[in-house]
Amino acid sequence: MEVMIQQLINGLFLGSIYALMALGYTMVYGIIKLINFAHGEIYMIGSFIGYFLINSFNTWGILPNAWGFFIAMIISMAASALLGVVVEFLAYRPLRKSTRIAALITAIGVSYLLQNVMIYFFSPDTRPFPQAIARKAFSIGFVSVSNIQLLILGISVSLMIILQLIVQKTRMGKAMRAVSVDTDAAQLMGINVNRTISFTFALGSALAAAGGMLIGLYYNSIDPMMGVAPGLKSFVAAVLGGIGIIPGAALGGFAIGLIETMSTALGFSDYKDALVYAVLIIILLIRPAGILGKNIKEKV
Amino acid sequence: MKKKFAFLFASLFLLGACSAGPSGGGNSNGNSNGGGNTQEGDTIKIGLNLELSGAVAGYGTQEKEGVELAVEKINADGGILGKEVELVIKDNKSDSNEAATAAANLTTNDGVVAIIGPATTGASKAAIPNVTKAQVPMITPSGTDDAITVNGDKVQEYVFRSCFQDSFQGVILANYADETLSAEKAVIFGDNSSDYAIGLTKAFESAYDGEVVLRENFTKNDKDFQAQLTKIKNADFDVLYLPGYYEEAGLIIKQAREMGIEQPILGADGFGDEKMIQLAGAENVSNVFYTGHFSALAPANDTVQPFIDAFKEKYGKEPSTFNALAYDAMFMIKSAIESQDSADSAAITKGLAELKDFVGITGNITMDANHNPEKSAVVIGFTDGKESSADTVNP
Repeated sequence: MEVMIQQLINGLFLGSIYALMALGYTMVYGIIKLINFAHGEIYMIGSFIGYFLINSFNTWGILPNAWGFFIAMIISMAASALLGVVVEFLAYRPLRKSTRIAALITAIGVSYLLQNVMIYFFSPDTRPFPQAIARKAFSIGFVSVSNIQLLILGISVSLMIILQLIVQKTRMGKAMRAVSVDTDAAQLMGINVNRTISFTFALGSALAAAGGMLIGLYYNSIDPMMGVAPGLKSFVAAVLGGIGIIPGAALGGFAIGLIETMSTALGFSDYKDALVYAVLIIILLIRPAGILGKNIKEKV
Repeated sequence: MKKKFAFLFASLFLLGACSAGPSGGGNSNGNSNGGGNTQEGDTIKIGLNLELSGAVAGYGTQEKEGVELAVEKINADGGILGKEVELVIKDNKSDSNEAATAAANLTTNDGVVAIIGPATTGASKAAIPNVTKAQVPMITPSGTDDAITVNGDKVQEYVFRSCFQDSFQGVILANYADETLSAEKAVIFGDNSSDYAIGLTKAFESAYDGEVVLRENFTKNDKDFQAQLTKIKNADFDVLYLPGYYEEAGLIIKQAREMGIEQPILGADGFGDEKMIQLAGAENVSNVFYTGHFSALAPANDTVQPFIDAFKEKYGKEPSTFNALAYDAMFMIKSAIESQDSADSAAITKGLAELKDFVGITGNITMDANHNPEKSAVVIGFTDGKESSADTVNP
């Protein structure tokens, strides 16, 4: 029993990273119906930016420890937001009026391009991420957690709340919601659609970068291929929760983390990825719109 | 009508060209007796087929350094039989298909008389059909799977290694757990996606006298091991056996130690990379042991110290196991050429198969009937990320 509770908690931390990334997928899909497969690579590049920044801070002898990490994280989020906007501008905007499959294939292409550019310039080697924040373990009863795990959960949840506030309470959020319902009508109402879409990419990319840096700190290992598996799984999380729905992505992320951890805990570690996809298929069969999705019939 | 005939002739001609290709191509620069490539001119061409980029670039790069140092020394001392050694270097990108292609290129296009590499088991196996077809011998410095040199009951005629094989390492580690660590209960946490780790697990299980209380698996490229380690932590055991490569091993050691798993961790030569310690964090690498082919703390003979000095002078760092194994591989080829008084592929193959009492950095090597070197192993122990013990263990 105690082991199971510890496993649930392990799953929660793993899930919070998937949730953070799933938000980016879901927002972009919600607004322009595009599955941005390059999202996992933004997460990877975010962690590399953090890696170089923290290492530079260390060599210059400034911003020790936790401060350095948080400042590096903010810079990395800003830089990745910019990268997200550039990717959207160069790769997706020219295809806005094309078929969806064309945009999807471009997204896969961008994903490979970013991976290979990183491999070309920075070698495919795994690098140890600087351990800017010393790890401390806490025991609460029989359950043990570390300050880094709590940091991951704390930052993920606060970013999700901030995101929800931006979408629900600000003018930009209102514009995003309007564009997602009907792009043309939004434009007629005076909303700058291109700017709104760029803003969406910037938000999603910043969240991915934060996730990348937290994972770097947690596992102490980053490499140019690190975005592939989490990227795919958080895409599954977004679909599971109901793609296009922000709370759904968060829920889906936590669900995937829990499924993965529990399948390992129950002795099915060989099949954990298969189980994740099996659950996805089952959900899609019984609730095609995802857990939180509403079943709306499209008019033909 | 004319057109049709022309087409027919063209296609017949093309078909003919296709079928003529392979039969003529394979042996074009081979000699009449024994096959393989012959040595020509004033140089002896040796091919390198190594992982210089990709997932296990760490191994390949280190082996290239080892071979280059050896070649520098050989050429400075007047070469082999008065001829200079020339290296032809190919990167197999840590990919099995690329390794097979590189082997074919080296043997047919570059006409090398022998090949060193690949570094890993999978890539080595992939290269075997091409070197066998070309009848050019290859030495893998670190491909440890048993099935590399022996396929079923049949010895691979052109394949050798300078390292020992997995079954041997698994047995050494089981003996070490039994005798030195007096461990009665073991947990096996292995990579079930690589032949290397599966072979190590099998050998350990059959040789270990104690009880295996729990078996857990991971897959290459996993980063999160919390779930498995939570289970392991709650098991009652004396030693954690961890067959796998350094990338995952580093992460597992970090996560295990942070979780409070204090038991000794045993691994094989796949741990042998500086990255393992960097990924785990030096403070976490205590009470960790792995089989090495070579340790500066337990030198096999008096060739070791000059090698370490020369290596430090050239590269400004301590030599690793992979540097040493590749260095030995090059000198094994030299020894084979000298014993046969010929640098042709066929002669080198014969020389390697008959290699006896070769004095190498990684031990005194005699080739057994299965093309595996007979030598002793070193189990290296770590405290705070530094080598703190080295026990020579005989099989």
